[in-house]
Amino acid sequence: MRFGDRRGEPAERDGQAEPGTGETGDLALEQALNDFRMSVCAWSEAAYSRPRTAGRVVRQRSWRLAAGWALGLALAAGGVSGAVFERHQRQQMARAAEQQRLVQERQRLIREQQAREEEEDLLAKVDRDVSREVPSAMEPLAQLMAEDERK
Amino acid sequence: MAAVNLRPVGASTCVMAAGTAMGPIVRATAEEIAARELASANEEFSRMVERHRPRVFRFLLASTRDLDLAETLTQECFLKAHRNWSSFRGESSAMTWLMRIAINLQKDHWRNRRMQFWRQTRTNSVDLDEASEWLPSGESSVERQLLARERVYQVWEAVKGLSERQRTVFLLRYVEEQELSEIARETGLSEGTVKAHLSRALTKVRAELGGGR
Repeated sequence: MRFGDRRGEPAERDGQAEPGTGETGDLALEQALNDFRMSVCAWSEAAYSRPRTAGRVVRQRSWRLAAGWALGLALAAGGVSGAVFERHQRQQMARAAEQQRLVQERQRLIREQQAREEEEDLLAKVDRDVSREVPSAMEPLAQLMAEDERK
Repeated sequence: MAAVNLRPVGASTCVMAAGTAMGPIVRATAEEIAARELASANEEFSRMVERHRPRVFRFLLASTRDLDLAETLTQECFLKAHRNWSSFRGESSAMTWLMRIAINLQKDHWRNRRMQFWRQTRTNSVDLDEASEWLPSGESSVERQLLARERVYQVWEAVKGLSERQRTVFLLRYVEEQELSEIARETGLSEGTVKAHLSRALTKVRAELGGGR
């Protein structure tokens, strides 16, 4: 049988058809193509007349929609929490840096205070040392002044 | 006695008067004609859908191997056809026109699918074993049934490996049994190109049949 001579009818398979007949010139190919066409027709007819399953499709779509929303929300929540965490981390680091700066400032002030005290002690010591010399050097003059006042 | 205006009435005045008086009647008639035309066009379109829907569905099913997708694309095809039904001038047959829409729809589908791979991670296409379960009803013996199933499977395997154009041309020729000129009109290719695609497709099918499973 030539390909497509009788739509929807089975091909003759007795192998008696002459090779080289048909469009492709190849009997095996012709038979395969014929089988293929009829198989597709049978499948299509069965599928065309099957009861429609709109509900299932809708469910699938709604499931996909829900999954899409859930994924979107999860991503959004992840993004927001990441941003919050990042902000919190930065605040912590800024607070730690501020505390460190305060400690350093306090230490600097203490060091300055100590330096000032040391300087004052040194000055006092120098003053004490010098003041011991000055009265002995000025003693005769002081005695003279005291005698003049008595007179 | 009432005064009568004896001024002769001109032609234009007559037309205006007639127009004013006949207005509602003329309008009602025009509306009726439009409604009748619309009803007739709808009826014609419904007949066209009934006649061609199974073939369009079959082509799309063979192209996609996906029942739900084939049904959706068939719906889209006829929806598009309905929208453009008024612009269909009958230069080609309705089937050619519908097939052209169907081919473009499935082409768009494959193009979009490459881009939206992450939107739909799995395909609903049935596997080749399932597709080749449908056998020609005339196979009598079990052995012949097995042979036919084997052949159908091998052709499906070859069709799977064809390019989009080769597959379209192949299915239109060997499933829809269309003439080359018709395929050329539907796909927008020249007849020579259609022949070339068909030849390459047949070479692959032949190689698959020669190689076996």
